[in-house]
Amino acid sequence: MHIPDGFLSGPVWLGLDALSVPAVGYVARLAQRDFEENHVPLLGVMGAFVFAAQMINFPVGAGTSAHLVGGALLAVLLGPAAASVVMTAILVIQAFVFQDGGVLALGANVANMALAGVLAGYLPYHLLGGGRLRKPAIFLGGALSVLASAALALAELSASRVAIPKGMLALSAGLFAINAVAEGAITVAVVSGIEALSPRLAPRRRAARDWAPGMLAATAMLLATVGALFASATPDAIENLTRPGGSAADWFERAAGVVIVFAACVLIARAFSRRRAA
Amino acid sequence: MEPLIEVRGLRFRYEDGTPALEGVDFRLLPGETVALLGANGSGKTTFVHHLNGLLTGEGFLSVCGLQVEKKNLPEIRRKIGLVFQDSDEQLFMPSVLEDVAFGPLNLGLTPEQAEAEAKKALAEVGMEHAAARAPYHLSAGEKKRVALAGILAMRPAILVLDEPTTFLDPPAQRDLANLLRRLPQAKIVVTHHIGFARALASRAVFFEKGRIVREGGVDEIAREFGWNPEFSPRVPADGRRED
Amino acid sequence: MHHVVLESWSRQNSALHARDPRVKIVLLAAYLAALGTAARMPALTTLCYAAPLAAAAGMARLPARALLLRTAVVLPFSATFAAFSMMAGDAGRGEALLAKSYLSAAAVLVVTATTPLPKLLWGFEALGFPRFLILVVQFLYRYLFVISGQAQHMRLAARCRGSASGRLGFRRAAGAIAVLFARSYARAEGIHDAMLARGAAGQIRLLAGARAGGRDFAFLAFGIAVIAAVRIWSL
Repeated sequence: MHIPDGFLSGPVWLGLDALSVPAVGYVARLAQRDFEENHVPLLGVMGAFVFAAQMINFPVGAGTSAHLVGGALLAVLLGPAAASVVMTAILVIQAFVFQDGGVLALGANVANMALAGVLAGYLPYHLLGGGRLRKPAIFLGGALSVLASAALALAELSASRVAIPKGMLALSAGLFAINAVAEGAITVAVVSGIEALSPRLAPRRRAARDWAPGMLAATAMLLATVGALFASATPDAIENLTRPGGSAADWFERAAGVVIVFAACVLIARAFSRRRAA
Repeated sequence: MEPLIEVRGLRFRYEDGTPALEGVDFRLLPGETVALLGANGSGKTTFVHHLNGLLTGEGFLSVCGLQVEKKNLPEIRRKIGLVFQDSDEQLFMPSVLEDVAFGPLNLGLTPEQAEAEAKKALAEVGMEHAAARAPYHLSAGEKKRVALAGILAMRPAILVLDEPTTFLDPPAQRDLANLLRRLPQAKIVVTHHIGFARALASRAVFFEKGRIVREGGVDEIAREFGWNPEFSPRVPADGRRED
Repeated sequence: MHHVVLESWSRQNSALHARDPRVKIVLLAAYLAALGTAARMPALTTLCYAAPLAAAAGMARLPARALLLRTAVVLPFSATFAAFSMMAGDAGRGEALLAKSYLSAAAVLVVTATTPLPKLLWGFEALGFPRFLILVVQFLYRYLFVISGQAQHMRLAARCRGSASGRLGFRRAAGAIAVLFARSYARAEGIHDAMLARGAAGQIRLLAGARAGGRDFAFLAFGIAVIAAVRIWSL
């Protein structure tokens, strides 16, 4: 979901721009280590490929069709850093050339789709992509990337006091769920297709790794995004939104709760991995 | 006369073991134009990709007196210019001028010098009016001319053209042939188009399964291997076929 | 395709086209920030924000109707949320959503319609944005229409072979994307070879960019003044 300009409140778009700019700079430096400047054309072409692939309809029943978003696919094919750079490039082109998504809102859209979406798409593959669970891992990555981006977008809209009726929220959640499943399925199908067509280009199988700490981090991420989604969907949220003065404090409360849950998971994961290493 | 290109016993296998070149001997003398003929997959493109070091095989290979090895590649790539079959892969910069200037910039010229060389090269191929345009909007013939300009801007001694008439209509093919004839560099032209080869090349070689199996005049080779474009029987003007 | 239109618009001549891309980027950022921080957008305020855009479009001799239509792509999304706001009793917010999203898109379009994308990208790089990312955007744009064209041909071919609505089955659509990927990857390898053949050795060197002149600084100052005036007035 590309958020246009004018929807997000000042603190939200400013904050996300301030977060995304250094994050993208960091990720670009990481990608540059794996792909030196001579390989920039490959990343550009991969971006054009995803852009074009987004045009292809995938029937998902009842006469509706879904489209590839591509964050998880790129993460599996190119690694997470390069995938984030390519997704950012896609979002930049969409905002400037096609007026799809705002320019000040780029910080938010990049954070949702190019950073969180790609990371959520990559983590399951990183953890489970080496063994028998490879296909389910890729599927999970596709689904989580859509869920994470959608949840964050909804959270940002609700934090900006954009009114969303409860029924609409439920409908969006349903649509996002369908798109998430579709993204997972499409990503798996395309990776399998690539492996069948040109095995040389297929992504390397990752070595099986110690999955416990990473698993906890992934759970943390899932909890955080689901938490954000629930935070914006609870009935009080809508009432609070229309009450002047109360909503900001309530939102901070909820956001704090989500952050605490996330931090707790990360700390537990750290403790767990330290114990294993010992 | 010292040959510009000297190849002896060139062999190459792909990563998966498929043999591509099985001992190729070849020479290019100054000022001459040689046509490379042969079936698809016979090794013509693989061969020319060895000349500027894109691929590395075994055997003796020297270009303008330099062995084709890593340390000589920058100099060799200045002396031998390759025009690729797919112009969209060759014109990768956002504007015509920037693309033609790409080579000169890599040779170490300043941006101002590179721009000047690029404009000169574009004038040589008659495309100076298109300097600010995006390559996507050019016709196939225009793209080919810009690609050639990008090579000429580096002032090479040898031009190599890989199937240059692909996607060109007959007038564009004629224009390209006339343009090439005006250029003084020695040339290698990989082509299926006998008429085009005949217009440019004094000599032809025929590739078959990774080897050069015959050398001679263009027409002579075309006749021997059935490479001429005449199909028989012809359909007579009244449309009736002799069955 | 509509990109052709943007390409031809951006390569025309006018006082606005000739301005330094960095100036245009800074003014765009200032305008969007002023618009973004405005609380409400009653009709008069909307007109005040629209006026500088209209003036710029006129100065650049951009076709008004085409510009307005192209910007309208944001409306379906905004109108939906505007309706929600009105249902929740906050018509002012709905009005603001519509006006801000439309004006922002129009402002971005005025800049991209008067600055060829390579120059715009140079402007961003000169202002300090990461070069690696900008190069990826540049190459993405260069091959966007080539590869989209291939995808369209594949859809057309599928239709010719009888899929009634033009839609492939799920598996075949995935197969089509896999084929598109393989062709794109092969193309990327070809580009890499072409770069090596012309002496590329690591860093992609670019031609010199524009030099800002007196007119550019004057335009910058004037633009900031206008934007500040509109912003302060709308408080």
